[in-house]
Amino acid sequence: MSAAGIHTPGMKNDYRARNHPAYWAFIVHRLSGLLLTLFLPLHFWALGQAFHGAAGLDGFLAWTQNPLVKFAETGLVLLLAAHMAGGARLLLIEFLDWREWQKSLLAVAAGLSLAFGLAFALNLG
Amino acid sequence: MQTLKVKVWRGAENGAFQEFEVPRQESQTVLDVVTYVQRKCDPTLAYRFACRVGVCGSCAMTVNGRSRWTCRTHVDKVAEDGSVEIAPLRNLPVIKDLVTDMREFFDKWAKARGRFSGSKTRKDEFERVSPESKERKRVDAGIECIGCGVCYSACDVVSWNKDYLGPAALNRAWTLVNDVRDTAQSERLAAVAGDAGCHACHTHLNCTERCPKGLSPTAGIAGLKRAVLSATLSGKI
Repeated sequence: MSAAGIHTPGMKNDYRARNHPAYWAFIVHRLSGLLLTLFLPLHFWALGQAFHGAAGLDGFLAWTQNPLVKFAETGLVLLLAAHMAGGARLLLIEFLDWREWQKSLLAVAAGLSLAFGLAFALNLG
Repeated sequence: MQTLKVKVWRGAENGAFQEFEVPRQESQTVLDVVTYVQRKCDPTLAYRFACRVGVCGSCAMTVNGRSRWTCRTHVDKVAEDGSVEIAPLRNLPVIKDLVTDMREFFDKWAKARGRFSGSKTRKDEFERVSPESKERKRVDAGIECIGCGVCYSACDVVSWNKDYLGPAALNRAWTLVNDVRDTAQSERLAAVAGDAGCHACHTHLNCTERCPKGLSPTAGIAGLKRAVLSATLSGKI
């Protein structure tokens, strides 16, 4: 055994090791969290328009009625729903004793997120 | 005769795959394939095995990118387009070919206080633990670990944080946390708390997905998180 060999970190996994539903749930949770973090400053900026008088905020709110913005908002609702459902799934795994059905929770989380997103999209009309 | 194309990792971490052709057999396992290569193609191939029946946990390797016990992995189940890629376990230093240095894996069991500490002697009566008790059922759920290293190899958190104790050591700690005879609970919970312990787990469930014994180290790690929280709130650690 070479001395160099035993101090190396070992080989790394590639996508093949990670291609399973629970890992995808992790990716969705992480990505939705990052995108929501990016959205948050925009949200505060929009609310901050009220400091410049009602006209500024009303003008911005009128712009949000634009169909394209409404469509983007569906994506936002989907991100929020996915992040919330994914978080609830983690809490149920961490705080309850282990049961086999906890593995199915990610299907429930995905279903709930889609249902919220679709409900919002259907209300747009 | 039908043959299987086999790519086998050669050398240490800076090595490369070498291709071999191996005759297909009925009910052939990946370990059978590796053994054929070593006996018929290249006797310098280094690999590790002992029992060949899924008990000893020494033959784990990475097969087509996934950590597996090779003695109970049938070629039929893992071959893709008539070929199999066989590499050493991930996250462990490669000594040569398919053999990794398992020292850090087992050292971490010791760091997680994976050793039983009792208070009785052989002169005392046996402790009676009901098989129906909550604690004993939790022990049963995690006790069948064979120490193969598949979960450690599959874990991303181990790749990200070299100090992370890993799924197997934490699973062992969880079975001892539920051992009502053990007298070192506070020390054990202190050992598994913190950045390199149970709180580092991201619940990817890679370990649960890959464990050949069907155990869920994730469940044990979640249990440790609850036990550490409860011990902290009650001032025990």
